[in-house]
This record gives sequence, C-alpha cells and structure tokens, in this order.
Amino acid sequence: MPRVSVEELKAIRERFRGFRRLREGKARARVVVHMGACGLKAGGRNILSRLLAAREQERAGEEVLVTVSGCAGQCDQEPMITVEVEGEDPVRYGRLNEETAVRILEEHAIGGRVVSEFVCVPSRTSGGVP
Amino acid sequence: MACAGTGCLSNRSADVKKTLQEEIARHGLDDEVLVVSTGCNGFCEQGPILVALPDGIFYQKVTVKDVPGLVEKYLLGGEPVESLLYRPPGQKEAVARMKDIQFFRDQRPIVLRNKGLIDPESIDEYIGMDGYQAMVKGLLEMTPEQIVEEVKKSGLRGRGGAGFPTGVKWEFCRKSPGNGKFLICNADEGDPGAFMDRSILEADPHSVLEGMVLAARAIGASEGVVYVRDEYPLALRRLQIAIQQAGDYGFLGEDILGSGHDFRIRVVRGGGAFVCGEETALIRSVEGRPGRPVPRPPFPAQKGLWGRPTVINNVETLSNVPTILREGGEWYARMGTSSSRGTKVFSLVGKVNNTGLVEVPMGTTLRQIIFDIGGGIPGGKRFKAIQSGGPSGGCIPESLVDLPVDYEELTKVGAIMGSGGLIVMDETSCMVDVARFFLGFLMDESCGKCTPCREGILRMHEILTDITEGRGTMEQLALLEELALAVKDASLCALGGTAPNPVLSTLRYFRDEYVAHIRDRKCPAGVCRSLIHYRILSERCTGCTACARACPAEAVKGKKKEKHEINAEVCIRCGACHEACNFEAVQVY
Ligand SMILES: Cc1cc2nc3c(=O)[nH]c(=O)nc-3n(C[C@H](O)[C@H](O)[C@H](O)COP(=O)(O)O)c2cc1C
Repeated sequence: MPRVSVEELKAIRERFRGFRRLREGKARARVVVHMGACGLKAGGRNILSRLLAAREQERAGEEVLVTVSGCAGQCDQEPMITVEVEGEDPVRYGRLNEETAVRILEEHAIGGRVVSEFVCVPSRTSGGVP
Repeated sequence: MACAGTGCLSNRSADVKKTLQEEIARHGLDDEVLVVSTGCNGFCEQGPILVALPDGIFYQKVTVKDVPGLVEKYLLGGEPVESLLYRPPGQKEAVARMKDIQFFRDQRPIVLRNKGLIDPESIDEYIGMDGYQAMVKGLLEMTPEQIVEEVKKSGLRGRGGAGFPTGVKWEFCRKSPGNGKFLICNADEGDPGAFMDRSILEADPHSVLEGMVLAARAIGASEGVVYVRDEYPLALRRLQIAIQQAGDYGFLGEDILGSGHDFRIRVVRGGGAFVCGEETALIRSVEGRPGRPVPRPPFPAQKGLWGRPTVINNVETLSNVPTILREGGEWYARMGTSSSRGTKVFSLVGKVNNTGLVEVPMGTTLRQIIFDIGGGIPGGKRFKAIQSGGPSGGCIPESLVDLPVDYEELTKVGAIMGSGGLIVMDETSCMVDVARFFLGFLMDESCGKCTPCREGILRMHEILTDITEGRGTMEQLALLEELALAVKDASLCALGGTAPNPVLSTLRYFRDEYVAHIRDRKCPAGVCRSLIHYRILSERCTGCTACARACPAEAVKGKKKEKHEINAEVCIRCGACHEACNFEAVQVY
C-alpha cells in the first residue's frame, strides 16, 4: 500500500499551495491581462499564454497571480496589462508584445521594480479594472 | 468552481459543467481554465452556481444555454456577464463578487470552510487546504488525554441535538473500563428540511474522517462506523471514495503514521427512520436489530455498540475537530457565546429569500440570520415566526427576533437548537396547522415502544385536527396542554420528550389563533380549509375567466366579461382561483 509519510504529506501540501492561493485569490502580486475586444485583437490571448508559461517557469505560481479583465478604456494602447503588487498602487502597461510582457512579469511582478519605459500615460478616459 | 451539491445537481449543474468544459476546449482555453466540481456552495436558492476564481465572480442560475456566452464574454472577454450575476432582492445593481454578497459576507465558515473551494473527491486538495495536519499533530505530538483536554477547552458541544460537551463525552468513554471501544458518526440526519450533514459529507468528507481519527485516538477506539441514511446517495459515494483514499494513504488502517494507532471505518446504511438518529436506537440498528431506543443509563459511553463503550457524535461535531486541534481550543472558544462556543451551521428554509446553508458564530441573532443573510421575506409579506430545531423544535414569534441563537437562549423561549433547522414562516402560515403538521410527522415516526409517545402524540394530533377542522372545544385545548406536558415528561427518548414543543410553543405565543379557531370558527391566516370561504369581489372582477378555468371542482360560475361567483356548496377550498386571479378579486374569509 502506498502509505504516505509525514514528509510526503507536507510535499503534497506544498504542491497545492499555489493552487490554493489561486482559489483563495491571495497572492503577493496580480498581473491582469486586459482582454476586451480591443485587447484580444491586439494579441492579448498570446500574451496571457506566455505569461502563464513564464510564471510556471519562474516557479512563481504561489506569489503571482495571472488573471484577465476587460477593456481598460485605452484601446489605442493595447495590448495592455496591469500589475498590482500588494500594498502599492496598480501600474498599467501598454503597447506590449509577448517578450515585453514577460519582462514586466519578471522585473515588476516578481522583482518588484517598475519597468518605466512601458508604463501607460494615464488618459482621461481610462476606466478601472472591474 | 461548478457546484455539484444535490441542490445544484438536480438543477442540471452536471450538464452545465460538461458544456462549460466543451466550450472551453473549443476556444483552446484548456490550459488556462480548469473546471472543478465542488460540494454544496450553500446558496442553494440560486443554483446552479459557478464561481470563477481568482476573481471570485459569482454566477447564478446558469443554464446550459448561458454557457457559450459566458465563455466568450467572461473567459475570453474578461467582462462579467451581467445577466448571470446576483441581484439582492429589491435592488437593481448586481453584485459580482461572492465576498460582497451579503449572504456570504456575514457568515463565518469553519465547518464549511472548504465548501465550494475543493474537489471533495480529491484527498490531495484537502491536504492542500491544511487537511490531515491536525491528524499529524494529534497522533504524533499529543497524548490522547491532551486531545480530550484541547476539545474540552474549545467548549465544543454536540451539534446533533442534545448539545452535550464533546470533550466531556470523550473523557467519560475513555475512562470507561473495557476494550474494543467504538466510535460512531451519526449521519442519519432525519430532520425534514435539514441538510447540513449531507452537505458536509458532500463537500468535505475528509474533514469528517480526520475528525473521526482524532476522536478515536482520544477515546481509544480502533473501530469506527459511519451511519448514513440511504437517501443520501451522493454523500454516501463521496464518503466511500474518501475512505478509500484515506486508506490508500495509510490514514486509516493499521499503525497510522507510525503512531501505533489503528483505526478502521465501516459504513452502515440506515433506512431513514427518524428515530434511528436517536443514539440508542441507532446502535440497535447497527447491530441489525429494530431501531428502537432503550433507557439510559447505561449510556453508550459505558455500554454501547455490542455492549462496548461507544462514543456517538454527529457529522458536524466531528468536522469541527480538525480545526480545533490545528488552531487550538482557545482560538475556537473565542467565537460564540459563553455557554455555546464556535459556529453553527443552519439550514435556512421556508418563506425567506435566500434559502440555503449558513454558518454563523453562536449568538448571532435571528434577525441577522433571517434579514441580513436570508435577505428577508419574499413578496413583501410580513415575518410571523421561525421554527427552530426541526419537527420537534419550537416556533419563535416575531417579537423575539432579536434573540441571540445559542443552546440556552433557544431552550428558554421554548424551542431547541436541534440539528440546526430553521424554517421561516410568514403571515400566510396558520400556527395551529403548523403544529398539526409537525405532530403528524412525529406521530408517523414514533417507534411505538413507549405508551406516552405512541398514544400521547396520536391524541394530540387528533385534537389539533379537530381544532383545524372546526370541531374543537375549549376543554380540548386544556386537555391538549395537559397531554403535551405528560408526553414531555414520561416518554422514553427525546423523540417523545421534545414532540410537544411545537404545540407548547405555539400555545405560548399564538394562543389567540387557537381560540379564534375554536370560539369564532375562523382561521385568521386563511389556511384551514374547513374554516374559510372564498368569495369574489364583484367590483374587482373583470370577468377574465382565469379563476373558472383554474377551478378543479367547477365551482366558479360566470360568463366571459361578466362578474364571476363561487358556489360555496361545490367549492373544495383549494385556493386555485385565488392563485389564478390577477386582480386580487378572489378573497379568503
Ligand atoms: C428522535 C431523535 C432523532 C435524532 N436524530 C439525530 C440525527 O439525525 N443526527 C444526529 O447527529 N443526532 C440525532 N439525534 C441525537 C442523538 O441521539 C445524539 O444525541 C447525537 O448523535 C450525539 O452526537 P453529538 O454529541 O455530536 O451531538 C437524534 C435524537 C433523537 C431523540
């Protein structure tokens, strides 16, 4: 019988940590991919897939949550993502491609440094993340 | 998270889930979106329910037809689908996030902490939510005495009805001489309308098993039985899967975690008699004998199953145990009131907007439960009373709506905690009829062994029938009261002992309704058929014929576009015309 030892029990728990954070919606940082019609047209889907893969690679599963949202109201700046780090104001990035999005995930969401060259200039029409 | 509790399943949530998976695959989203079946979410009124995480968006009443739109607009487009969001009664604005919905916001889940969050058929997911941590602690770091001590400190009392302190019961059994002790988990749940135990088993069966391992360790039992009613097929299946998985991991069986503690669990299916939930009857039933109570003492903790010292605990009681050991008894005791610690799960049903399972700290007021969490009474009707504690509970009137709910407070007002059933009644309920209804159930379920219960309930029911049918006398009312007290005192088990509660409590708070039935031959709530008449108000009648078409007895006369009338001789007082009328022209007298 494949009995489970106390150590193995711990390992199972660890394995499910990220999963649990996701379900409880708790994480240190959240990367929101804007996927309204505009974001989708500009390639938001591919960015989402790349971000999910990158997060996996970085083993940042339990710290960083990647999720989607609708149009951010700055359609000309798409594809866009918003990075929300616990305790800080959200930062919105625009005119991205897959590589630059991954760089933002690594440097900002994981590393904690804002990647200023892609930060969106706030426009008056911008709406909040729903 | 797709709710797969019994309520949602019966509203075809399995089909919704299947379609959702297909749609997700069709859009190539399989890598990004995972669909998980969970146990009962609790907000059954709104099922089938889907909860999208991590956003925490709550989608309700989702049908197969809604799924393609949901996938396109929400999963692909990132925008919540307005039409599937929850709208609080009487409000236009939808609430998207589950945590912002008042029904969830005011709850404090301990027992139901994993409900809707994990797949109940995956032991790994339970472990991921800190499951079986308490077992490690209890088996490897604590002595059985320390486990008992911790549970005593928590103040946990039995959730099955009697409210006996759990730690004390365990200690009593632990100290009883004799080996081959047994632990029984009571999952008979016979109260009509109560479904917390079923939901716990359906949503988080491992929490019950972990509680059982710990209880068994505390009392020194190596054999366990779960007694589940056979009408709970889903709970039964998930329980069996959980037992299998725990066995495979070595959490059940011999020498668990190398602690030297052996513990096996066997499932026994009950036939669904109400009295078989009573502990001594349950034990007889497990032994294969007729499920009839026997006098106590000896208590099961002294002489129980097969004559061995036995602890019998309710599902919810046991499911509290892992959290108590993990977080500590003191932590647990901080919730609730001085005599009743922790939380309690209630099944809130009847004339209330948000029916479902709610878990709140002991001491929460009825008002908070009915109006804040429950969302008040539907249709702008007036709240009249709430029946607490199942069929043998008591009716609590509107004037006591600020009562904090705990064991003692409920007993003081003539009701009981029971297993946590709460039935809300509005102004359209007749309290005499309600008492008659519950006594009818208890009369059927009485096992017949002792005379006070068998004959007493029968006679009380006869009197109540006389009163509701317009034959009652004031002398009978006095006799009813006398009988109620005698049955309460003289019955063998708590079935008879609590059966008079519906009568005594309605007599206490709604005596005028009894008197109206007897003296005036009137049913003030317009329920008792023999005492009411239907009449059509000619100034309101438009001659639409809706009532005439609805009448099964052809008692409504009148031509189209002319005023209608009811022939009282032929009328069977079913109320179909009253319901069919759109102009409130059909009135009850
Ligand atoms: C008629 C009757 C029916 C009962 N039905 C149940 C039941 O369905 N489930 C339950 O747990 N306890 C039921 N009880 C209470 C049990 O006798 C017993 O008190 C309880 O299982 C003990 O567990 P606890 O201390 O954890 O509450 C019933 C009692 C009576 C008198």
